Amino acid sequence: MQVNEFKPKIVAFCCNWCSYAGADLAGSNRLAYPAEVKVIRVPCSCRVNPMFILRAFQRGADGVIICGCHPGDCHYTSGNYYTRRRMALLFSMLDYLGIEKGRTRVEWVSAAEGAKFAQTMNDFVQTVTALGENKRLEDLRCKK
Amino acid sequence: MQKINREVLINKANELLSNGTINRVFGWEKGDFSYDVTPTIYFTADQMNKKFIFDDFCGANFSKYLVAETKKDQNKVGVFLKPCDTYSFNQLLTEHRFDKEKVYAIGVPCDGMVDEKKIKAFFGEGISSITSEGDEIIVDTLYDGVKKVKKADVLQERCQNCKSKKHVYYDELIGEDGEVLDSNRFDEVEKLEKMTADERFAFWQNELSKCIRCNACRDVCPACTCEKCVFNNPNSGVENKSPANEFEEKMFHIIRAFHVAGRCTDCGECSRVCPQGIPLHLLNRKFIKDINSFYGNYQAGEQEGSRAPLTNYTKEDLEPSEAVNKGDN
Ligand code: SF4
Ligand code: SF4
Ligand code: FES
Repeated sequence: MQVNEFKPKIVAFCCNWCSYAGADLAGSNRLAYPAEVKVIRVPCSCRVNPMFILRAFQRGADGVIICGCHPGDCHYTSGNYYTRRRMALLFSMLDYLGIEKGRTRVEWVSAAEGAKFAQTMNDFVQTVTALGENKRLEDLRCKK
Repeated sequence: MQKINREVLINKANELLSNGTINRVFGWEKGDFSYDVTPTIYFTADQMNKKFIFDDFCGANFSKYLVAETKKDQNKVGVFLKPCDTYSFNQLLTEHRFDKEKVYAIGVPCDGMVDEKKIKAFFGEGISSITSEGDEIIVDTLYDGVKKVKKADVLQERCQNCKSKKHVYYDELIGEDGEVLDSNRFDEVEKLEKMTADERFAFWQNELSKCIRCNACRDVCPACTCEKCVFNNPNSGVENKSPANEFEEKMFHIIRAFHVAGRCTDCGECSRVCPQGIPLHLLNRKFIKDINSFYGNYQAGEQEGSRAPLTNYTKEDLEPSEAVNKGDN
């Protein structure tokens, strides 16, 4: 068997109304997604500010994903439209600073999309596993 | 045309002070050296005659000072504004940071300000005086005598890439107004974008590691006017302290630039005041360039009351995954 010990730590910010419920549905349907994904529930995807993402990397995350309702379906009407703009700019800036672009992602997952949730997480974990450990936004003081 | 010099501005201020339009005026004050000019407030023409200065080192943008100054009393405050300063002024009005009825803005022309750091890099130690004559700068040095340099070669970065000589706000204009310019201000950003991720990482690591977190870039910024700043929050762990490591350096700079994204007028004050010479404008301009390409051209401060791109959206906006790939080319 191939020895690949690296298991990335993934932080998934999920909005309460859609994606968190989507994760729930994935669970009820017994759809597997890696245990390395740690879900943090937020009221809306736009609750996530850039500091949350940087903090997650600082404290040891190798990848950060934000999941929210599909555009048009945000339970606060327009929150995810703001998320979309903010994250477009932030991710582009991280890339500009030379930080691997695969480490951050935004996905829209509805409460009915348990399968999409599981698939998104599997896919993201794969991408981040291929990138390896987060070195460019790490804080050595937080290393175990 | 009448030459716009120190006397013309003093006369104008004197007229406004004596007819009661204003009771004080923001102006530049001569420092110990000819190049360290400081912002100050003048109450009388007499004070101005002694200390007021208007020359190639009057880079300081007074807009931000108006936030606190206009709250002090009911009198009107006068202020001299160069073209790029008026963008900051407008942006502050857009954000309701002060009442324009309490300000009398005097637009003054600008043909570029000189960067004393560049002069120092040119001539080394022992500069005893710097004076300008037309488009030449005369530098007197202790060890090498008098030397000359072309003003165009020692202009501040923001002036070499000036975006506008047009005043977007004034109550009164001294001299003639200029035009919005076709500047090359995004060239450096493009150069960085063309590098590999490793090269970019090395570039920024090198630049940002110089930061001593003096906070000058934040303090001078006319877009940074929050009363409570995340960088002063004791719970943040990064409150008013120098960066402990590379992570904290990057965090400070990403967050500082992000907090002014869509509101930064590219006035260039942050890069001007950084004692470490960090090219902060390259971070701000990345956001400006991306905003232009993702959401359509937007110049903060150009129009009072315009809606900032980050407090706006369309249903067809591009996805973050498309954004990072678009930023590539
Ligand atoms: S002015 Fe320069 S050194 Fe000071 S905090 Fe800003 S970037 Fe760092
Ligand atoms: S970030 Fe710099 S260029 Fe932008 S408004 Fe602030 S001081 Fe001016
Ligand atoms: S409530 Fe789900 S994105 Fe706003």
